[in-house]
Amino acid sequence: MLKEYRILRKHGKQFIPDVTKPVLPATFKGRPIISTEEVDKAAIIDCCPTDAIADDNGITIDVGKCIFCGECAFRFPNKVRFSNDYKTATNDRNALIIREGEEQIIKIDPSLIRKEIRALFGRSLRLREVSAGGDNSSELELNATVNPNFDLARFGIDWVPSPRHADGLVITGPISKNMAEATAICYDAIPDPKFLILAGTDAISGGIFAGSPALDRSFLDGKIIDLYVPGNPVHPLTFVNGILQLTRKFKS
Amino acid sequence: MEKLLETKNNLPVRIADIPVVAYSKFFEVITFLLRSQDYHILSYIAYPTPEGLKFICAVGDDPNKSISLISHIIPTGAPLKVYSMMPKYDVFHSFERDIHEKYGVIFEDNHFLKPLRYPHDRINQESKITDYPFYQIGGNELHQVGVGPIHAGIIEPGHFRFLCAGERVLHLEIQLGWQHRGIEYLFLKKSKLNQRAVLAEQVAGDTAVGHGLAYAQCIESLAGLKIREKLNYERVIALEIERIGMHLFDLSNLCTGAAYQLGNATLGVLRTPTINYLQTWCGNRFAKGLIRPGGTHYPFTADLRDKLLAYLDNMEERYVQIADKFLNLSGIVLRFQDIGTLTRKQVYMIGGVGVTAKMAGLKRDSRWSHPFAGYHELHHEPVLFDTGDIYARIQVRHYEILQSIKYLRRIAEMINYDNQVPSPLTDENLRMAKNCLNISITEGWRGEIVHTAITDDEGKISCYKIKDPSMHNWWALALSLRDREISDFPINNKSYDHSYCGHDL
Repeated sequence: MLKEYRILRKHGKQFIPDVTKPVLPATFKGRPIISTEEVDKAAIIDCCPTDAIADDNGITIDVGKCIFCGECAFRFPNKVRFSNDYKTATNDRNALIIREGEEQIIKIDPSLIRKEIRALFGRSLRLREVSAGGDNSSELELNATVNPNFDLARFGIDWVPSPRHADGLVITGPISKNMAEATAICYDAIPDPKFLILAGTDAISGGIFAGSPALDRSFLDGKIIDLYVPGNPVHPLTFVNGILQLTRKFKS
Repeated sequence: MEKLLETKNNLPVRIADIPVVAYSKFFEVITFLLRSQDYHILSYIAYPTPEGLKFICAVGDDPNKSISLISHIIPTGAPLKVYSMMPKYDVFHSFERDIHEKYGVIFEDNHFLKPLRYPHDRINQESKITDYPFYQIGGNELHQVGVGPIHAGIIEPGHFRFLCAGERVLHLEIQLGWQHRGIEYLFLKKSKLNQRAVLAEQVAGDTAVGHGLAYAQCIESLAGLKIREKLNYERVIALEIERIGMHLFDLSNLCTGAAYQLGNATLGVLRTPTINYLQTWCGNRFAKGLIRPGGTHYPFTADLRDKLLAYLDNMEERYVQIADKFLNLSGIVLRFQDIGTLTRKQVYMIGGVGVTAKMAGLKRDSRWSHPFAGYHELHHEPVLFDTGDIYARIQVRHYEILQSIKYLRRIAEMINYDNQVPSPLTDENLRMAKNCLNISITEGWRGEIVHTAITDDEGKISCYKIKDPSMHNWWALALSLRDREISDFPINNKSYDHSYCGHDL
């Protein structure tokens, strides 16, 4: 018993008291910032492995397609810089497209949050996760959201095994053809009202797998996506902050 | 004895130099070599050539640190039918199923010629993942239990079918392929260096360094690049930190399996600074983006060394304290000893590698047998246990963590911090050898990772095959469950922690 006590004391308090506050190291690649500097547009668009960079009245980066390899920032350091801002989850797909010029914070649009989400899931929320071609990194990070550090369960949010017990579905991975049917069955098994979260760049756009003939993303057609959580993999803090903002646990 | 072409890890050879023999000779030579446990199959691939379907087999000679290559061609138009090597050595079943599924080759006497991963470009588009031909049993006391593809936790999908007599599991059949994303196809389609590096890191996101390094070294060897000592050492550091992080995760999970909450919480907490260290280094907790062909964007600095040593001191003290507790806890020992036991012979027959081999006393560790990067100087000796049960798998992980800590401290001292490392290779500067084959081996935390690349007349990659350690290791889980109860499945599964996406590609 004394030994257990010593182990616990050695570890001390591990939880992050305020999950909206931690500062990640400067190397962390979160929300990109694009300057107005003139660059060779064709070259910067070409250097992106996932076609996340486009020219739309100036250079844009689609964080829903970006896999945060940082190649553009290394080749064009004066043009693109990745900040360590991890609060990149949003319910507005367009908010993920970062334009050049001033800093563009990625926020949740309150007008897009469905009424039932705020009314029903504000105090207690159960989520079911399905990996549909995910590479096990986003899955591990979502597991980490309930570890002693991030401790999502303290907010009344937890992961459940059965879709019947769940209020919403979180998808990781680009949705492989072989998993398309199982994903749809799982979603259908969740009682209404339910919501849908895409976690990780792979889930949002297919990421590096976009265009692969082994994917079948038709499941997403016509579905309302309640939260996009970018990342490769999703950082636990991105997910925790996104889900809290969505369910109005916090005002940030 | 037919002359084989000898090579080494990351030493490209000309395709034309690989002896082409009749299938009977091919069969005889390979099965002869495998009679000794010193040899194992590194890669066995088939790919279409103008002359016909070409089979290349790479056999690793572990003590001699060499690779032997031999090939066979089924000419265009000839019947795609050969006899199977599986009746002699089970290791061939997944290779032959892969080739069968892709090109329709019939392997006679392979009684397990079932679909392997249902790739999008399979020859028989009629076969559907939802009607896999499972083994069937019937009778009053017999029943079947199906689990998956979606499981209870936040893990990847796979289907497990238990055939049981009462409580006893007669056989566990594992059906995979759900995670197939077409990686080998995309490797040819997306031809930029960076695109392929990203793809390699996503073969299995939990082994981003292992697969990323196998890819990077493959390109470097084909381009004839000499890698500086400092970069090689940095890569060892990344690989060993990845190993510590994932071993901690597995040990933490196994504590949950035995309902030991303190172990689960503390080991999970210890993983956080481990992967956060990678985040400090390169901005990603799984080190995605760190390994690139030819160089790196994130040189290992003296400042990073100080942080590494501080992290190691802190982590080691806390780890040793909890490890000392849980490894001797009667609840843990009783739950894990003599459960899911495999013999060395079994592991050898199925081609087990990494932790799966070492826990049964089979010496398979490419840091020792096919050293790469900075491992030449470390003179690595694998951690071996011979009991083959879950407790042995725990012990292998435990001692590997301690070993990795030791290596990290040593390597941190060996690096000359005044030396520079180059930036990654760019597409414009890439010239790869023409008509060559290269085998690149690394030792990820799960075990041996093999990337095989073949270039065409223009020096472009025309065939890229990936072998994740899980490709064969999955079979160990099926064998471990024989004569056990279904309730032993979760701890057995966690004790191996095979990769679904690495298998499905």
